[in-house]
Amino acid sequence: MTTFAAKTVGAAIDRLDGPDKVTGAARYAFEQPVAHAAYLYIVQSTIARGHVRAIDATGARALPGVVEVITHENAPRLASTEDPELVVLQSNAVAYHGQIVAAVVAETPEVARHAAALIRVQYHEEPHDVELHAGREGLYQPDPENVGFEPDTHHGDVESALKTAAASIDVTYTTPHEHNNPMEPHATIALWEGDSLTLYDANQGPHAIRGDVATAFGLEPERVRVISPHVGGGFGSKLFTHGHVVLAAMAAKLVARPVKLALTRQQMFALVGYRTPTIQRMRLGTDNDGRLVAIAHDVTVQTSKIEESVETAAVVTRMMYAAPNRRTSHRLARLDVPTPTIMRAPGECPGVYALECAMDEMALACERDPIEFRIRNEPERDPGSGKPFSSRGLVACLREGAQRFGWQPHTAPAKRRDGNWLVGTGVASSTYPTRRRPTTASVRVNTDGTYRVQIDAIDIGTGARTALAQIAADALETPLERVRLDIADSALPRAGGAGGSMGLASWGTAIVEAANALREKLRTEFAGNVPAEGVEAYVEVGRNPLAERYSMHAFGAQFAEVRIDADTHEIRVPRLFGMFAAGRIVNAKTARSQLIGGMVMGLSMALFEETVIDKRFGHFANHDFAEYHIASNADVLDIDAAWIDEDDPYVNSMGAKGIGELGITGTASAIANALYDATGLRLRDLPLRLPFDI
Amino acid sequence: MDVEVALHVNGTPQRLTVDTRTSLLDLLRERLGITGPKKGCDHGQCGACTVLLDGRRVNACLALAVAHDGGNVITIEGLAENGDLHPLQNAFVEADALQCGYCTPGQICSAVAVLDEAAAGVPSYVTPPGASTVSLSDEEIRERLSGNLCRCGAYVNIVRAVRSVAP
Ligand code: FES
Ligand code: FES
Repeated sequence: MTTFAAKTVGAAIDRLDGPDKVTGAARYAFEQPVAHAAYLYIVQSTIARGHVRAIDATGARALPGVVEVITHENAPRLASTEDPELVVLQSNAVAYHGQIVAAVVAETPEVARHAAALIRVQYHEEPHDVELHAGREGLYQPDPENVGFEPDTHHGDVESALKTAAASIDVTYTTPHEHNNPMEPHATIALWEGDSLTLYDANQGPHAIRGDVATAFGLEPERVRVISPHVGGGFGSKLFTHGHVVLAAMAAKLVARPVKLALTRQQMFALVGYRTPTIQRMRLGTDNDGRLVAIAHDVTVQTSKIEESVETAAVVTRMMYAAPNRRTSHRLARLDVPTPTIMRAPGECPGVYALECAMDEMALACERDPIEFRIRNEPERDPGSGKPFSSRGLVACLREGAQRFGWQPHTAPAKRRDGNWLVGTGVASSTYPTRRRPTTASVRVNTDGTYRVQIDAIDIGTGARTALAQIAADALETPLERVRLDIADSALPRAGGAGGSMGLASWGTAIVEAANALREKLRTEFAGNVPAEGVEAYVEVGRNPLAERYSMHAFGAQFAEVRIDADTHEIRVPRLFGMFAAGRIVNAKTARSQLIGGMVMGLSMALFEETVIDKRFGHFANHDFAEYHIASNADVLDIDAAWIDEDDPYVNSMGAKGIGELGITGTASAIANALYDATGLRLRDLPLRLPFDI
Repeated sequence: MDVEVALHVNGTPQRLTVDTRTSLLDLLRERLGITGPKKGCDHGQCGACTVLLDGRRVNACLALAVAHDGGNVITIEGLAENGDLHPLQNAFVEADALQCGYCTPGQICSAVAVLDEAAAGVPSYVTPPGASTVSLSDEEIRERLSGNLCRCGAYVNIVRAVRSVAP
């Protein structure tokens, strides 16, 4: 695998788009200047299952300024109805509460919203089923063909091993519905010119959106262009195409003028996905030496009736710790709810929560210090695949982190008291897979010694724009100022989105390979002299062949101090520290921000986040920021992240592992474990709420 | 119903006819193309739309434009003076107090007002009772900026940026 001399890579360089973002110059999707645009406003179903019997839009149509009302009766037919998420207004069926049942196009946002409120929808309502609980009827094992992973694995004999174990635990953890809630609401401007469609859209990867929209409308992909210069976060909800994007394009076609659509915060709760609740049974057993003899992780999650999507929460347990007897399983309930989507570290985030709390419980049950217990059960190879790890820095992170945090080894809850505060500390491991997608990129050199790098990468706040420029500068052996980078436009060379912590690894590799190809071309075809018209090299980089031979993951250890007010039971987290091993860190400044950002979201998950479904109506009752609390400034005290030096020559051309999701894994467990240390109470349901009487 | 309003926005007089339901935020973004103030919730719950109105921070999504006829509005676009960024703007870049940047204009406008409020001795929930002056400790900054949510979780860097500029 190629390596290069890192000069700019590794430095703590200020975010290149920082000045635009602090002056208001950075324009997001909805802010792109488009002349003569009309406004689109969505009407959502108020039942969870059934169909629309009649829609009365007389009042809406009569309102001055209304351009069009769109329902299933007059919506243009889509060329493909294969993707159930994108089948908008194609029939009168209602599959979940909050589904799009109509929309208004109007001259102003005020009129569009007013008109939407005047639309009367009559439904034929059928009984709905929206509640996930353990042991409910209808749980099934998803088909591996459909979901793209093996739902169940078995090694050895877990049941017998647990029976004869010196110590064992059998406990169940739950996590609630959680919503991604990027700060920028999902938004799209749709603009047709003849048969060509331009979308200014808030997403995590323009190429994927382009492909889906082209398929839905039966267009050649080249006829669709998706542009997304600045995106206000996504955390998974903006990776896949959602129905509103198709609706915007449909509306623009119908009214023959550009249309602007921004979802409201409330609408987002039903329309752009969420993390499924999880129910996770953990069974662990140890021998007399504190070595795991068995580990079982059985997961129950939900999906919608329209699409099968599985939160792969037990997958992490297949590779994390050594044990001769292991089992994992995933069971699914299909409910009358919106389809869950991926949310920061899908699978790993809730999975690591259960696993790392269970590891804490098991450590104390067999009287081992939680860190020592983890180190004792460190596997030599990936227990699931049998492959060696390309690098595995978990033990180093546990040791180094313990020292920096000031970890006091213990085998029972300390239950310290400081004035009116109950104080405890906790630890947990973090991990996330290191992967790469096929990607293309081009690099051009001009006679003045400047370079132009083009790739349909995207920066949703990760710092990719800056990190990719650094990678390009080093790969081209040129100062950063000589590199011009074009990203976030589907007209650029094809690339996968910002998801699965694969962005930088995939895009950076393609840029390094393109730089190498350019150098080679310059040498062999032009004897090293740049001709007047410049020289360009384009590369297509495939999958990483070494992924067949090595198990590739990033690791970390998180340490939390928790304080509980003895009277109010308010939980505070005065200290949170993460020590990570993620290969080469490309930008020390933005990487730290990204890791800390993940930890903040993990803290938020531990203490606050929960979307409550009202089972009578099937809707998310607390669908706004007043009632779905995310961590605010006052909730976040001392949080820091650091990393160990890790050299991994196998993962990609930079030796860098993705860090967008690593930081959120393990945070909630470290906090829950610290809460146990402080109180002796084991809370297993998120968000953590202490009972009245402790 | 439409009415005429006159406003000063970033030093420029503006006179326009607006729907009485138009929020100050939509007036800025949709009518004037001043898109620095962001819409994160439209309900006064996130602070992304924070601007300075007659010298005080407000959630522009909760302010009806007609109610502020004659008002003086400063948005993130109007903070620089003679081409020099406001010290907070530089501090945000330097401290990497942003990631996606969507909450950032609101955070900075809010922080500008926090500096003024502290200088004027306006107490917050965490100011010791009876204190005659306010010094912007981390705790004060956190408390005073808690109306500005950041889903990217840039809070520790935001506090660092504001602290670096606070007297
Ligand atoms: S948009 Fe005004 S407070 Fe959220
Ligand atoms: S920087 Fe993304 S929400 Fe604050």
